[in-house]
Amino acid sequence: MDRRILLNNIAVPGIRTFEVFRSTGGYLSVMKALKEMTPDDVIEEVKKSGLRGRGGAGFPAGMKWSFLDKKSNKPRYLICNADESEPGTFKDRFLMEKIPHLLIEGMICSCYALGAETGYIYVRGEFKYIVGILNEAIREAYQNGLLGKNILGTSINLDIHVHSGAGAYICGEETALIESLEGKRGNPRIKPPFPAVVGLYGSPTVVNNVETLCNIGFIVNQGGSEFARYGVGKSTGTKLISACGNINNPGVYEIEFGLSVREFLYSEKYCGGIKNGKELKAVIAGGSSVPILPANLILKTAAGEERMLSYESLAEGGFVSGTMLGSGGFIVFDEDACIVRNTWNLTRFYHHESCGQCSPCREGTGWMENVLHRIENGLGKARDIDLLVSIAAKIEGNTICPLGDAAAWPVASAIRHFRHEFEEHVLHPESCKNSAIRQLDNVQIRRLENV
Amino acid sequence: MGVALVAILLVFKDIVKDIVGVALVAILVLSNEIIKNNGIMLDKIITHPLHEKKNSTVCFSETALFKVQQIIARYPSGKQKSALLPLLHIAQEEFEGYLSVDVMDYVASLLNIQPIEVYEVATFYSQYYLERVGKNVIEICRTGPCAICGGEAIQSYLEKKLAIKTGETTPDGLFTLKAVECLGACGSAPVMQINTEFYEYLTTEKIDKILADLSSKAKEEKPEKSLWIEEFF
Ligand SMILES: Cc1cc2nc3c(=O)[nH]c(=O)nc-3n(C[C@H](O)[C@H](O)[C@H](O)COP(=O)(O)O)c2cc1C
Ligand code: SF4
Ligand code: FES
Repeated sequence: MDRRILLNNIAVPGIRTFEVFRSTGGYLSVMKALKEMTPDDVIEEVKKSGLRGRGGAGFPAGMKWSFLDKKSNKPRYLICNADESEPGTFKDRFLMEKIPHLLIEGMICSCYALGAETGYIYVRGEFKYIVGILNEAIREAYQNGLLGKNILGTSINLDIHVHSGAGAYICGEETALIESLEGKRGNPRIKPPFPAVVGLYGSPTVVNNVETLCNIGFIVNQGGSEFARYGVGKSTGTKLISACGNINNPGVYEIEFGLSVREFLYSEKYCGGIKNGKELKAVIAGGSSVPILPANLILKTAAGEERMLSYESLAEGGFVSGTMLGSGGFIVFDEDACIVRNTWNLTRFYHHESCGQCSPCREGTGWMENVLHRIENGLGKARDIDLLVSIAAKIEGNTICPLGDAAAWPVASAIRHFRHEFEEHVLHPESCKNSAIRQLDNVQIRRLENV
Repeated sequence: MGVALVAILLVFKDIVKDIVGVALVAILVLSNEIIKNNGIMLDKIITHPLHEKKNSTVCFSETALFKVQQIIARYPSGKQKSALLPLLHIAQEEFEGYLSVDVMDYVASLLNIQPIEVYEVATFYSQYYLERVGKNVIEICRTGPCAICGGEAIQSYLEKKLAIKTGETTPDGLFTLKAVECLGACGSAPVMQINTEFYEYLTTEKIDKILADLSSKAKEEKPEKSLWIEEFF
């Protein structure tokens, strides 16, 4: 269970440069695709591979591609979503920083398959140095005839540009990203129409995550069915998991789907166990938006089976006892971590990042933040816990984009699995180890009392 | 009874009007007070210096103007507005690290769009500063994964060390401290970013050293501009 697809050559010195990347077999897929395959062949292989989007939703990439409006005579676009801002996720940064040509290779094959002559890489504003690395890789690709006019002597033209964001989590949502790329505020659009029909500048557009696109080269080279031999069931291939929190070896790991969570968490090869010999308390397995699970439920499903890292296994039990693979941001909490404080923290994050278009999200996240702040600061009332549950339920499913759900799920799941901690905070606020952090002045307290 | 009441009301209608008016005003004043003292929402009112137009002449440097042309060329013709976000980054580099109204109006003219289209973008994204900032903008990550790895302690240490609160600038204009959301580097928590540079696995000792280095660098020369423009191409 430790075969790799993406990071096989990551340790080769100089892999960031074109020469070295090419010497490890890089860009062969571009030659194969352009010279031996039709665009539809490429799409067919991607469908066969079962590759699912690595940005969070896990939607099958081949299927998304086949929705692209073929009848439209407008230009088509491919956008690479490199906005990576989901708390706990830092895998795309790793790929782009260490092996940028893998992304360019994947994008060339994808643009060929989609008939796009322009591709944009939307990088979050904080990753300014990545912009430099990507631009250098793109320059090398142009120099070697892999981008520009008549790629490799064919009639195919393709330009790839890097576009920088400016600090807004919501621009990771694909329609907000498109708005942002058009030079506007990152307000998500109402769907349908989906970007595949009306996307960038009203043209058919595909938005894919960095990691998704990095897999395309392998699929073209080795074939979709070879890709599908990796992983388990409908979770084909491998996944980059970015592990952080209270563990010994935080970092980015490529795992083959089907690895057990226990092995991932405790083996020296991966997380290396909980830091300072502490006990595991909880895990958020797929970036801050997915439901948090307590130690017993992340290691084993409610039915008592070993929990695996795969779309299906993590989702086993629905939201009652399961969670989601999400973006692969694996956040580990030890026995000392305060779930109430963390839930307040994440809710503050969503409140801050809400674009403000829909009232359930804009107001709901604010109310949840205020109520959680009150509980965390020892002024909570018993009814607040149910109040939170009801606010979360009212946000969920009632918003334009999934940020509303993403804000509701952490609160709902934290209360579902750690209700006793919330109650303890209400009844005996001084018992929490974090109580020393609290230094409220009177005005703040007065405000809290009136929530 | 009813007739009597109407008669009294008619006779004293002016007085009644006054009483009602006074009561209304009192209710308004009182509720305002209540909101002011207790209102959670009030601290969300945003005041920003969008009204401070100085009408100074603003112009990018030659190099920057060249970059602007190259950036606009990346987007289809007629879609030059797409260049807005990258251009605002350059504008901040060119003009003391923040966007004044004059600068934003200038960017609007470069892209042939309305100033309001620039303002609405500049107020949306957290990396655009509408007010003067220090030479070094320290952005400390305060989100969950960093927080459980000691990020909160680092933030209070920075406040103590710089003797300012988060959001403020030191009197010498050297440092602005900002708290930001996840920087996408949670594996090396706690993390902060200063200008374009990431600083990871932070400890109080590291903070001491970083601040000392930046302070002495500022004394020697004008601190280097961040690599943004250089790295762009
Ligand atoms: C609030 C929000 C934030 C998102 N952030 C990201 C992100 O940072 N990176 C990303 O690849 N996808 C993100 N997504 C998912 C995208 O909307 C979209 O599903 C994804 O880019 C599709 O690519 P994929 O099919 O290759 O996964 C986000 C979605 C939402 C609702
Ligand atoms: S759910 Fe929130 S972030 Fe999404 S569109 Fe509505 S207000 Fe904006
Ligand atoms: S939480 Fe601090 S970098 Fe992600």
